Amino acid sequence: MTYESIQEMIDLAEAQKIRLSKLILNDQAASMETDKDLLLKRMDEQLAVMEESAAKGKEAGLKSTSGLTGGDAYKMLQFHKNTGSLSGDFCAAAISTALAVAEYNASMGRIVAAPTAGSCGILPAAVLSMMEYRHTSRQDACMALVLAGGVGMVIANVASIAGATGGCQAECGSAAAMAAAALVELNGGTPEMAGHAMAISIKNQLGLVCDPVAGLVEVPCIKRNAGSIMCAIMAADLALAGIKSVIPIDEVLSAMNEVGSTLPCALRETAQGGLATTPTGLKLSEKLLG
Amino acid sequence: MNIFDIIGPVMIGPSSSHTAGACRIGLVARKLLSSNPVRANITFAGSFAKTYHGHGTDKAVIAGILGMLPDDLRLPDSLRLAKEAGLEYSIETADLAKCHPNTAIIRLFGSDGTEVEIEGASIGGGNILISKLNGMLSAFTGENNTVIVAHTDAPGVIADVASAFAMFEINIGSFRLARPHKGQQAIMTLEIDSEATPQILELLKRQANVTQVVYLKAH
Repeated sequence: MTYESIQEMIDLAEAQKIRLSKLILNDQAASMETDKDLLLKRMDEQLAVMEESAAKGKEAGLKSTSGLTGGDAYKMLQFHKNTGSLSGDFCAAAISTALAVAEYNASMGRIVAAPTAGSCGILPAAVLSMMEYRHTSRQDACMALVLAGGVGMVIANVASIAGATGGCQAECGSAAAMAAAALVELNGGTPEMAGHAMAISIKNQLGLVCDPVAGLVEVPCIKRNAGSIMCAIMAADLALAGIKSVIPIDEVLSAMNEVGSTLPCALRETAQGGLATTPTGLKLSEKLLG
Repeated sequence: MNIFDIIGPVMIGPSSSHTAGACRIGLVARKLLSSNPVRANITFAGSFAKTYHGHGTDKAVIAGILGMLPDDLRLPDSLRLAKEAGLEYSIETADLAKCHPNTAIIRLFGSDGTEVEIEGASIGGGNILISKLNGMLSAFTGENNTVIVAHTDAPGVIADVASAFAMFEINIGSFRLARPHKGQQAIMTLEIDSEATPQILELLKRQANVTQVVYLKAH
C-alpha cells in the first residue's frame, strides 16, 4: 500500500471485503515485520494513556504551566450533569474529553500526540465516548486507532500534519478527519463512507490557521480540539446517513495541501498573526513572555 | 513512517517540538558525556528563547540531561530533581544568526572532568537534528540507530570501524566524518539499519585510535 491515497485503501478494503482497520493492520504488521497481536497490544497501551489523560484532565482545579488555561473540561462536565447541555450525552462527553486531554497537555501532562500534541484531544474524544456511550469494546477501539493511524499517514504524506507547514487544518483538521473515519467504522459504516466522512470533515476546516497566543499550545488550540470533535461527529453522521462529499477525498487532501502551502507564514505557528496579534493576544503575550 | 508516528508518540505536553524534542536534545547530550553530569550550561535560541517558560522547554532539556525520555512522568519536576541529583544549571537566551528556529546549545560538564557540547534543533513532531558536536559539524536525527565514534585522526580508523560493522553484518545507512584538524580529534557519525549489540560496541571501543563510542537508539 502506498499510503498516498485514501481511495486506494477503500478499493483494497472493498476488494478484500474487509474493514479499513483490518486492511491497515495487515499492511502495517507486514511492513513493520511484526505480529498483528503485538501491534494491537502496543495500540492498547496508547489507548490506556488516552484514558488516563482524559480522566486527569477532567479533575477540578487543573491549570496550565503558563496559568493561561485549565479547568474548562471540568466546567463543561458539571454543566452537562447539573443543567443538561444542548449537545446531549454523547457530544457533551466528547467535547469534555477533547478539552480535558488538550488541557492536560498544556499542564505538562502525559498524552498521546494524535497526530500532534496540539490536536491530542480529538481522537480520544471520539474513541473514549464510543466506549462510554455506545458499548464499543476495547478491541474495537484499538482497531479504530489503527484505522486513524493509517489514514493519518496518508494525510501526512500528501498534505501535512504540522501547523508550521499547513496551519491548524493540518493539526486539528487532520485529527478530526482521522476521528471521523474511526467513528464511521465503529458505527458500522463502509470504507467508502469513512472516506466521505474524512472529506466532509476536512472541507469544514479547510484553511484553518495556526495562530497561538504567545506561541503556546493553549489559546485557541484547546477549544479548537472541542470544535474539531464536533466537526468529526457531524461528518461521521452525514456519511453514515449516506450523504456523499461531492469532491472526492483525495482531491480534498490535494486542496488541503495547496491551501496550507499558500497560507502566509504569519498564520503558520509563528504567533505573528490572527488571534496571536489581537490586542488581547498581544497583551497576554507581553505578560507571559515579558 | 508507521501508525505509531501518527498515534504517538506518548509524551509529556504541551508541544512535540518545544517539549518532547527538547528533552531528546538533552538526552543526546547526556549520552555523549562519559560520566554523571554535574553542570549544564544551556543556551536557547529562536522560538525556544521566546517561549521556553510556557512550553516547559527548560524542564524538558534538564529532564533529558537527567536521562529521562519524553514520556517520563517526572519531566515536569525535573528542575527540583536536578538539585537532588547535584546538577547545577544555567539558562541563557541568545540571538544566533542562521540557526533553526528551535535551537538549543548544551554544554555539559561531567563528574570526571570531561565535557561535551552539542548544538541541536527540534525540527517538528519530536524529531531532532544535532548539527554540531564539540564544535565539529555533525548531522544526525535520532530517528535511526546512530553510532558516534570519537577518534584521533589517523590512517585506517575508518576502515577498522567499517570492518567491525561488516563483521557483525550491520548495514550502514549514512556516514559522516568531521575532522577540523589533521591528526587531531575527529568524529564519525554512522546511522545504521539494525540495532548495535553490546558486542559490536565493545569491538569498536577496542579499535586503535578510537577514544569514545556512543550508541543512540532510535526513538
